[in-house]
Amino acid sequence: MSTTLLFFSTKKTLGDNMIEMEEVYKKYPNGIVAANGISVSIKQGEFVYVVGPSGAGKSTFIKMMYREEMPTKGTIMINGVNLEKLKPNKVPMLRRQIGVVFQDFKLLPTLTIFENVAFAMEVIEEHPDHIKKRVMEVLALVGLKQKARMLPSELSGGEQQRVSIARSIVNNPKVVIADEPTGNLDPETSWEIMKIFEEINRNGTTLVMATHNREIVNAIKHRVIAIESGMITRDEQRGDYGYES
Amino acid sequence: MAMKANTLRRHVRESFKSLGRNGWMMFASVSAVTITLLLVGVFFVIMMNLNNVAKSIEEDVEIRVHIDVAASDEEQKALQSQIEKLKEVESVTFSPKEEELDNLITSLGEEGEAFTLFEQDNPLNDVFVVKTKNPTDTMKAAEQIEKMKFASKVKYGQGSVEKIFEVTSVGRNIGLILVVGLLFTAMFLISNTIKITIFARRKEIEIMKLVGATNGFIRWPFFLEGLWLGLLGSIIPIIVVGTTYYYAHGYLSEKLAGNFIQLLEFSPFIYQISGLLILLGALIGIWGSLMSVRKFLKV
Repeated sequence: MSTTLLFFSTKKTLGDNMIEMEEVYKKYPNGIVAANGISVSIKQGEFVYVVGPSGAGKSTFIKMMYREEMPTKGTIMINGVNLEKLKPNKVPMLRRQIGVVFQDFKLLPTLTIFENVAFAMEVIEEHPDHIKKRVMEVLALVGLKQKARMLPSELSGGEQQRVSIARSIVNNPKVVIADEPTGNLDPETSWEIMKIFEEINRNGTTLVMATHNREIVNAIKHRVIAIESGMITRDEQRGDYGYES
Repeated sequence: MAMKANTLRRHVRESFKSLGRNGWMMFASVSAVTITLLLVGVFFVIMMNLNNVAKSIEEDVEIRVHIDVAASDEEQKALQSQIEKLKEVESVTFSPKEEELDNLITSLGEEGEAFTLFEQDNPLNDVFVVKTKNPTDTMKAAEQIEKMKFASKVKYGQGSVEKIFEVTSVGRNIGLILVVGLLFTAMFLISNTIKITIFARRKEIEIMKLVGATNGFIRWPFFLEGLWLGLLGSIIPIIVVGTTYYYAHGYLSEKLAGNFIQLLEFSPFIYQISGLLILLGALIGIWGSLMSVRKFLKV
């Protein structure tokens, strides 16, 4: 991958709505309102940054997409499926269409890199031969083919995040959701992670990324959705990070 | 939903791996199962033997119907078929008065000699010996027979029979309550120990859910783990109960020889007990682990 990729222009044909929220409210049992009437639609193939101060509701916004949290009011549609009407036993099917990447990687420390990624395929009962082939494929994509047999603890933070990205895309999800994926990484490593996200998005996967990283948002231009106090305060195509400090 | 062989293999592999990883927890859980099953096993052996004694006492209970001397042969036959028609009755055996006298003489031993005089002019009645299908129906059947014509006297050891039935039924119920109580204690012990191992693995469960594992898929390794724990826990109790019973049976049978108390034979009794312990171990283990994983499966 060359650095020119970083400034890759967004000449993509966008598809139908992948994520749609309509008047979504979320009030936690402790009284905190994390979503206060959010309406938004994200098309297939889009790359969206979600920015905003800590505690503004970014995580809740993202968690509602993969049904980790349910809205108190309002509708959420993912790839045409109404999450409210989704039966609990169908939630796994939804999750298989969505890859999730976290700030803290969420890798299993006792499993090797290969096993950590393969895990996501075993869970959906893929054939072992297929698993082996596909896992090596995605590990190559994130540049970790050589470290497949190592344990997460033997890898650097950036490498661990690449493993978690590999796991999120191994089942070819339609959407990848990342919650502060560069939050624990130094700037240089963060750029490497972004390269991989760009690559994933270029292949047509919708990408939603909550971030605090001003440099990245300002350098690699994409749609920016700003959330404050549970409301969308700004939604710009090719926007800026926008906050001072 | 049919599971693929590969998936099942994965679950089995995972369940063994997890046992290995949580060695001490496994030891604690297996110990809990072992102790419970040991208690249950010993208790069961005692209870089954007591039950057997009670049953043999109960089975000895019979109703003796004295046939009125005035009854003709036809009337006697009518009485017999009338008794046989009762739904509680299993069999009716005719015992002529000569036989009754012989029995009386033998049962009295030396003193019985004096009664041989009566052989000329037997004052006893002919008797129908009635057995009921279920010993506890004795009283009910006797009551009905009493009302019949030509049944001059109906005897079944009134008073003492009722007492025996009461004692055996109370004994059985207490035993059952104790066994059930023991089993529940064990289940909670196991569910708690496994809960600790699962607590350590909640991250794994969380990730499984995030990548789209169904609850069933997540449960399987835990289900198997519980099964292994239960089976492992039943080994020592089976050996201990089996060996102890083998020697105790040999020793006690000798002591009890000639007595009406009879112990259950080693085979097939101990095999049945072993089967029961294996089954209980498996059930306790599975139940315990599924109970503890349940909490972590909520979305």
